[in-house]
Amino acid sequence: MSRAGSGSLPRYVAQRALLVIPMIWVILTLVFLVLRVAPGDPVSAALGDKLDEHQLDLRREALGFNKPLIVQYWEYVSAVARLDFGTTYSDNQSVLDVVRDNGGATLSLTLSAFVVALLVGIPLGLIAGRYRDSFPDVLIRLFGILSYAAPIFFVGFLLQIYVAKPLGLPTSGASSPITAFTVQPHTHILLVDAFLSGDGTAIVDVLKHLLLPAVTLGLLICGVFIRLVRVNILQTMQSDYVEAAEARGIDRIKVTWRHAFRNALVPVITVIGLQFALLLGGAVLTEATFNWPGLGQKLVKYINLRDYGAVQGIVTIFAIAVVLISLLVDIVNALIDPRVRY
Amino acid sequence: MRRMLKGLVKPFTQTAGLARWMLVAGLILTAIFVICALFAPWLAPYGFAQSSIDGVRFPKVAAPSGDHWFGTDRLFFDVLSRVIWGARTALEVVVISIVLCIVIGVPLGLVSGYYGGWLDRILVLIMDAMFAFPSFLLAIVFSFLLTGLFGGSVLAVSMSLTAIYIPQYFRVVRNTTVSAKEATYVEAARAIGAGDVVIMRRYLFGNVIQSVPVLGTLNAADAILTLAGLGFLGLGIQSTDAAEWGHDLQRALADAGSGVWWTGLYPGLAIVFLVTGLTLLGEGLNETLNPTLRRRRLLPVVMTARDDDSTERGH
Repeated sequence: MSRAGSGSLPRYVAQRALLVIPMIWVILTLVFLVLRVAPGDPVSAALGDKLDEHQLDLRREALGFNKPLIVQYWEYVSAVARLDFGTTYSDNQSVLDVVRDNGGATLSLTLSAFVVALLVGIPLGLIAGRYRDSFPDVLIRLFGILSYAAPIFFVGFLLQIYVAKPLGLPTSGASSPITAFTVQPHTHILLVDAFLSGDGTAIVDVLKHLLLPAVTLGLLICGVFIRLVRVNILQTMQSDYVEAAEARGIDRIKVTWRHAFRNALVPVITVIGLQFALLLGGAVLTEATFNWPGLGQKLVKYINLRDYGAVQGIVTIFAIAVVLISLLVDIVNALIDPRVRY
Repeated sequence: MRRMLKGLVKPFTQTAGLARWMLVAGLILTAIFVICALFAPWLAPYGFAQSSIDGVRFPKVAAPSGDHWFGTDRLFFDVLSRVIWGARTALEVVVISIVLCIVIGVPLGLVSGYYGGWLDRILVLIMDAMFAFPSFLLAIVFSFLLTGLFGGSVLAVSMSLTAIYIPQYFRVVRNTTVSAKEATYVEAARAIGAGDVVIMRRYLFGNVIQSVPVLGTLNAADAILTLAGLGFLGLGIQSTDAAEWGHDLQRALADAGSGVWWTGLYPGLAIVFLVTGLTLLGEGLNETLNPTLRRRRLLPVVMTARDDDSTERGH
């Protein structure tokens, strides 16, 4: 909506990047309000049964809970600006370390889920849209609805019983202990590390562990892609230029492929960004289902320990990741589609 | 009264083919679960936390049989009973959270859209930030907080769901208000001296509320999934307080390795069917109530006898 005027790419990127700051600030404020201002004492919640009253007071003081709220707020926001996301209360770890050790697993899970979703969703959406209201269309749409309606952990449960058990696929963890032991952690992303080590069995082992979680999470969002591609195909097939191409007598398959499909795929990129938020939520459940050693499972662990520090830090990082990804998607969009820049 | 009835059947009369089929299927699926929820004490063979009858303990993780149609789980509970009682929990949570959403979100959106100014800007900013945040994570954070305050009760979980859906109601209502308040009839009302409250209540409310049923149905579907997700993570309702499908699936997952399928399959299917039903219902309503998506039933143009369906291609 903004009137950029010139419509040049660098200018659009700069404007869009500047918007990130207030967005992050609002989210930080919300996180602070929800977790700090709300009643309840984080220190006794996390450590109440381990320490006595005097020690608890010392911890509160060390964490700055005796200071006025506005001071705490300022300290939180300025710490985040310095990329300091605090420490966990229950095991006194730096949140950044927790993210480094577990973020890689979440990243490889979400990225491979995206690949699954695109591989399944785009072809099905193209077919459904091209043959509107036909039998395949009805089937594919039903599949789209079902893939959304089936909770991740239910799909995971079914896959574990009916696929993993007969085929002997692993259902827990990111690798077998041997692989975890032999592969050197360079990047903290197990798949990349396995490839770097060049060890064939390790790569196969990691991929085997990745398969079912990625499929489970990928199915969740493939429904979104099916719907989107289908609707876009319907719209582009009705557009004037497709009609014009047809009127000129160009072969129907050629028209569909060159004019309709390509243009229908542009919005997919926008939606990939929007789906990232859904995917992060889904990742938490997938990780719990397959005992995947990712950030989501850590978050659930700290929540059950009622560790406010860890929850606040991890949620803050998730929030920043979401905002930055949406920035990235907008920039990619502007690169692809010049209309966005104006 | 007649107008109301007409409004109720409108979605059916104005749709044809697939859209009508979706609507009817969704309605039937949803109705089955609503009936289960309302009559759970009479429909379910046992209580949701009942593990024995006449002093005799139920078998543990027993396969489906005549006594227990859906088998029993590792807590000795009857799976069929928990599936039926689970419908009640789901309905309670969904109804409470959506009612709260409407009660808070609609007036907030009306006021924000009608008055505009700095209040509007701040509210939009907050709601947008909440909307941008992954909703399931937001639900986790809120339930973390609310179950800390209220315990793992139906109310606490409903309130955390409310928190994640409010931005949607706010947005829809605010945006409709912003465009509706410039309409001629509002101007006319103002000209004859109607105050702000009257305009909002009598002129804008009716306009704005129309998008809420579709949103509510689609949110209900999402709410069922979120509720189950929270339950699965153990952040929702405790299994002795109420039957909750997601939490039952968490326990079932531990048995999956040994090939026990009945403890997970039935609650899982219940979620799938209810969510599918609500989604079909919402989509069906959307296609009929939303004029841009509506494809009206067209009368056959060709003189020869034909099915209605074959005329759908008309523009």
